[in-house]
Amino acid sequence: MSVREDLADRMPGGDAGLIVAVLLVTYAAYVLVGVGLGYSLRGQLNTIAVLTFYIGVFAMLALALNLHWGYTGLFNIGIVGFMAVGVYVMALFTKPIYTPGGAAQVGGLGLPLIVGIVAGMAAAALLGLVVALPALRLRADYLAIVTIAMSEIVRFSFLSSDLQQFQMFGNRVGFGGGSGLILDFTDPLQALFQSVGLWGAYLGFVDAFKAIVPTNPKPVVDGLVYGLFLLLFVAAYYWLLKRTGESPFGRVLKAIREDEDVANSLGKDTNQFKIKSFMLGCALMGLAGIFWLMTQGAVTPNFFRPRVTFFVWIALIIGGAGSNTGSVLGGAVFAAVLYQGPRYFKNLVDTVLPAADAPSSFGPAIAPLISNLNPAPMFFYTVDSIRQLQLVVMGLVLIWLMHNRPEGMLGHRKETAAGIPLTAAHARAAATDGGTAKNAANDAADDAATAGGDSDE
Amino acid sequence: MGIAETYSRGRRFAVDRPGAILLVLVAVLLFGDLLVGLATGRTAFSEVGSLLWDGLMRGLVIGLAGIGLSMTYSILNFANFAHGDYITAGAFSGWATTYLFAGLGRADIGSLLLVGAGGSVFGGALGIGITGTPFAVIAGLVVAGVFAIALSLAVDRVIFRPIRDQDGITLLITSIGVAFALRYMMQFVFGSDVRGTTAQPPSLSLYFVDGAIRINMHDLTLVVVAGGLMLGVHLLLQRTKLGKAMRAMADNEDLARVTGIPTERVVRSVWIIGGGLTGVAGYMFVLWKGTLGFNDGWLLLLLIFAAVILGGIGSIYGAIAGGLVIGLTASLSVLWIPSAFARAAAFVVMILILLVKPSGLFSGRATA
Repeated sequence: MSVREDLADRMPGGDAGLIVAVLLVTYAAYVLVGVGLGYSLRGQLNTIAVLTFYIGVFAMLALALNLHWGYTGLFNIGIVGFMAVGVYVMALFTKPIYTPGGAAQVGGLGLPLIVGIVAGMAAAALLGLVVALPALRLRADYLAIVTIAMSEIVRFSFLSSDLQQFQMFGNRVGFGGGSGLILDFTDPLQALFQSVGLWGAYLGFVDAFKAIVPTNPKPVVDGLVYGLFLLLFVAAYYWLLKRTGESPFGRVLKAIREDEDVANSLGKDTNQFKIKSFMLGCALMGLAGIFWLMTQGAVTPNFFRPRVTFFVWIALIIGGAGSNTGSVLGGAVFAAVLYQGPRYFKNLVDTVLPAADAPSSFGPAIAPLISNLNPAPMFFYTVDSIRQLQLVVMGLVLIWLMHNRPEGMLGHRKETAAGIPLTAAHARAAATDGGTAKNAANDAADDAATAGGDSDE
Repeated sequence: MGIAETYSRGRRFAVDRPGAILLVLVAVLLFGDLLVGLATGRTAFSEVGSLLWDGLMRGLVIGLAGIGLSMTYSILNFANFAHGDYITAGAFSGWATTYLFAGLGRADIGSLLLVGAGGSVFGGALGIGITGTPFAVIAGLVVAGVFAIALSLAVDRVIFRPIRDQDGITLLITSIGVAFALRYMMQFVFGSDVRGTTAQPPSLSLYFVDGAIRINMHDLTLVVVAGGLMLGVHLLLQRTKLGKAMRAMADNEDLARVTGIPTERVVRSVWIIGGGLTGVAGYMFVLWKGTLGFNDGWLLLLLIFAAVILGGIGSIYGAIAGGLVIGLTASLSVLWIPSAFARAAAFVVMILILLVKPSGLFSGRATA
């Protein structure tokens, strides 16, 4: 444990430095493999863009989950339901008004994107309230069952033909049912740059990018810029949750996590705090869901299967519940190694052995292995079904983590409950910055008080 | 005086438990609506009867699978999310056996063992059913139970036992990992297509007021198997020391060990009983509905959780009763709401029960 803490301490820039270092190592690994296989620059850039996208969404979701589980101790395994509500409500608000003969079966209310995003977050938070009201009084495992049941109810509702289309303010709107919903609003990046009057400049930048990618650079640039945009939002989530965690509100949340009865007996209305924390986390999950699907062009209810919830949980557990830095790291490691890694590996195999024809099912794959010890069909079948097998691997990783490292990479670090730095080293640094006599006196007192405890550091 | 006392008690109840009163009112309203519908001919008696029968069958499967979940929940103190995949694993092992016995010589062994993965063999073409191939079905039933026992013992030995002293949430997260590993391993081996497994079983029509309720041989098989096993578990837990030891362990594990109860052996018995019932439930579920897919157990699991919580964790009678309530809710709800929300209705019932009586209907009665 001390080794890991040393790692974070020695890293220049502390937690942020650690995150940047992990990201750089990840990208370097991906690029090196790509270079080794002679990928084109365009392919490399696309790989980086996709990787950044998933690192961004998983880091955001893990951070939001950390607020629930790491801070407040709320066992939410219905994450995907809040994401779904966020996306669908956003689509309902922002899709253009229905016109007969268009590609879309149903329309929306045609409001600006930002209105839709806020509405989606609000809807996710409201759903969180509805779930939290009955379930928070109960044991953690009951909350688990209620939340996962809720996420399935949400999925079945969006799948049902009754909500496929309906009238709202005289417009034909709906959720598309099982065949999905086309997200035919303005491209989010375009909307963003237009709102700040930089769309022309952006198009100029894309044109300039032709020097690197000669043909049709826009999708590549769009992917990279969107990835960067997501990383900015990860930073925003991180900042928000750090501030929340260090505020008096956050201290009560941690007290609830450790012992709800104690927090209650100190006169805190723990139910209020839990509900607020739950709703905030749900809104953040809704926003992460919006960011995940906003640029995908369409959304189907079956995207929101419970496995996505399970992905976020693995990301959080890898990083370590209770630590925001750990959540981001967990999201990055999960996205790079467990989520994109096997898919990248499959692409590699397809590049190296392009002519290979994989058997369509397990029978033709195993038969040659048994009859004449020919492992090739089995290998190709395995590579071909990597999307299923990666879930098996994730399950095994989760089991391994719970056996050997339930606290994750950085979990359950002792976070000081005080808003001001308490340790001697920090206090001295603050003194040199601050410089008033009163501060220095306080610091000296702190030094004296903590000297005994800090001597072993 | 009697009237006054009854009145004051009723008033206290109404003040203390407004949720319960509201729930009863809603139930009465729905029931009244159903009666009006029946009286005016809007709803056919035979339709309600068919839904009742369907819900009963569903409830028997849920109850049978719920016994094992309820037992492990109370004795090992965690919600086992891998339970649904034990159901699927039992079903696949059993159906591979059934296919093998029913189709030997008519199709190649590999396709039969993979339960016709990729559309290589069809259960309907093999004429599988309790009347057509009784021996294959019984062999499959036995193998399903035995395989699920072996699987749950192996998983317990390798995965759950080393972390038995951890808290329930750690075990719960671990069981989610087990669930995903098992489920997608099965998808890898058996493929993701949902296959039909049985030929059309012979059925009889019972005339009921204004129409017929069809009951087929597989329904009756389910009633016999589920009823028999439930009775067997009841006798086992009531008449043997094992039942008493389990109750003691559910109550206080340390005290049970101090008293000389071999707790690890009791845990093993719990997995054997629970796993066996789960595997059989999975097999019967597939025999009854006639299709098999790798997601079946998982989709059933949430309903089973609903049943177990509804009945009160740890009570096998609770699991059975809860299973019947959940099954009937899921089936009968289509009388009032669109069928897409039938499953949602069952979850809503569970959430309502959690609100009104979080300890479940049979609360305070740990295991038997």
